Amino acid sequence: MSSTVATAPERAAKQDRSPAPPRRRVPAPYFLLIPAVVILLIGMGYPLVWQIVTSFQEFGLKQQFGQPADFVGLANYFELATNPDMWGVVVRSLLFMVITAFLTLAIGLLLAVLMTAVGKAVRLTLQVSLLLAWAMPVVAAMTVWIWLFDRRRGVVNYLLDMIPGVDMNRFAWLENPLTFFMVASIIVIWMSVPFVAFSVYAGLTQVSDEVLEAAQLDGATPWQRLRFIIMPMIRPVIAIVLLLQLIWDLRVFTQITMLQDAGSRASEFDLLGTYIYKLGAGSQDFGMASAVSIFVLVLTVAISWYYVRSLLKEDEQS
Amino acid sequence: MTTATTPAQLPARSADTRASGRSPKVRTRPPFRLSRVIYSAIAIAVAIGWVFPVYWMINSSLLPNRTLQSFIPTFFPVNGSLNNYANTLEDGTFFSALGISLSVTLIAVFFCLLFAFLAAVAISRFRFKGRKSFVLAVLIVQMLPAEGLFIAQYKMVASVGLLNSIIGLSVIYTAAVVPFTIWMLRGFVAGIPADLEEAAMVDGLSRTQAFMRITFPLLAPGLVASGVFAFLQAWNEFTVALVLLPAEAMQTLPLWLRGFIQASATRETDWGQVMAASTLVAVPVIVFFLIVQGRMTSGLVSGAVKG
Repeated sequence: MSSTVATAPERAAKQDRSPAPPRRRVPAPYFLLIPAVVILLIGMGYPLVWQIVTSFQEFGLKQQFGQPADFVGLANYFELATNPDMWGVVVRSLLFMVITAFLTLAIGLLLAVLMTAVGKAVRLTLQVSLLLAWAMPVVAAMTVWIWLFDRRRGVVNYLLDMIPGVDMNRFAWLENPLTFFMVASIIVIWMSVPFVAFSVYAGLTQVSDEVLEAAQLDGATPWQRLRFIIMPMIRPVIAIVLLLQLIWDLRVFTQITMLQDAGSRASEFDLLGTYIYKLGAGSQDFGMASAVSIFVLVLTVAISWYYVRSLLKEDEQS
Repeated sequence: MTTATTPAQLPARSADTRASGRSPKVRTRPPFRLSRVIYSAIAIAVAIGWVFPVYWMINSSLLPNRTLQSFIPTFFPVNGSLNNYANTLEDGTFFSALGISLSVTLIAVFFCLLFAFLAAVAISRFRFKGRKSFVLAVLIVQMLPAEGLFIAQYKMVASVGLLNSIIGLSVIYTAAVVPFTIWMLRGFVAGIPADLEEAAMVDGLSRTQAFMRITFPLLAPGLVASGVFAFLQAWNEFTVALVLLPAEAMQTLPLWLRGFIQASATRETDWGQVMAASTLVAVPVIVFFLIVQGRMTSGLVSGAVKG
């Protein structure tokens, strides 16, 4: 760290002689980065390293009371890999992530296009209602949804029950994993679609009218205009929102925890976030919890790898 | 990227002009044929559906428990009162949680903006060795799941004796939000041409003066947008607070609200009060958010498009 800083002015000076973007001569950018780097090292870097180290250790209750933690190599990972509970959690989490993220993206895209197709007053109405949902703090939103899905007095069961031939009176949504995760997914989609819709809409407003008109004059069909002009232009936005949705939906925690508060804490109702939490805070098995955490990190990096790589390539070209 | 967009350019030619159909000869709103009436109807239906939970929260918060206990829902608060709010506020724990939430959030936002601003200037105005690694690190760090790190953060904060403290939580929040803030701000900084500053320097200002007088005012919207984003992140955060504030007396608003529901889980849930409590937590955020959201979205998009 300190050596980097010491050589910084020298490096910056060297860099400056190249004709490229560097326009500034004075103090090295490294000084500007110090505060951010320091806080990141403290808040994220150190915990990450600790977590990695601990994932190779036996770190249970005994270690909590001061016993030294023994290194056990990959034992925690092996134990996880052979644990059927864990596989259930992983498969559920991945399914939940993919279904929820893609549905969010699809609905968000449709709503963004819808916003461009309606008049100003209608668009504002739609935007305000989406904003209200977006701005709801997660915990507050969860309490409302739990109330909406309340078994006996929830308005969802009441309304569904009014449909002829449907008997949903006192249907317990949160007692069966399938409907539990359906509800979770609906809530997460409700909360995340506004972000996607607004981002894509902002992207759509940047598509140039002239280009579209020119294409139309050249005989491009609406589909071709969508496929060859609009889509490529908003692709960066779609890529980043999809990536963020995937990452956020993989680590969804608050929603699941609060639904479990209202329903069941059995392990079939766990996703990776709550599973780690139970291992760590509940069973005090920090070694195993760390191993699962590292697994989630690797999974996240794998999911975002393609995006990060393409971003790096662009950076090289610029 | 053929359209390098700056936040300033963003709203200039929005869909408004296109969608309002001011150029009748060329139908520039592709690729759908259904009439606008149908679209409008769909949009209104979606709007009503989407806002319903928020409406339901407020509606229920105004109704007496007796009414809420009925198996037939009451759709309009005709006999509504603010009793649930009064009961919730009487407790006093709300205000303590509010104070803790405010302190933690404001500290985190302040440092987050300061640090992120410096870093954003560094990466968008300078080319230097390690720049790319830093950008990459920022990108990856913001993907780290809180649930994957909280044990280590707990151990660390506990070992320096900062559990149940505002400082401990603020440090973790600052670190957690800084990457995204840097990400957002760099788009804004990059959107302001450095030439402007150089012109001012040619006119005799020092570099710092040029920056403060020319660039900084132009950056204000970006700082506001990122600040709001950081604020909402910290204000709504749940997991880390749950872990780092184990004491009953130290609760942020999200923890307080959850405790509120849990407490009533033992008896028949007092939904009227729970909904009043939820509204108390939500309404300030919603109002704040509605005021500033436009800038946030354009900030996010310009960050994404800039790559």
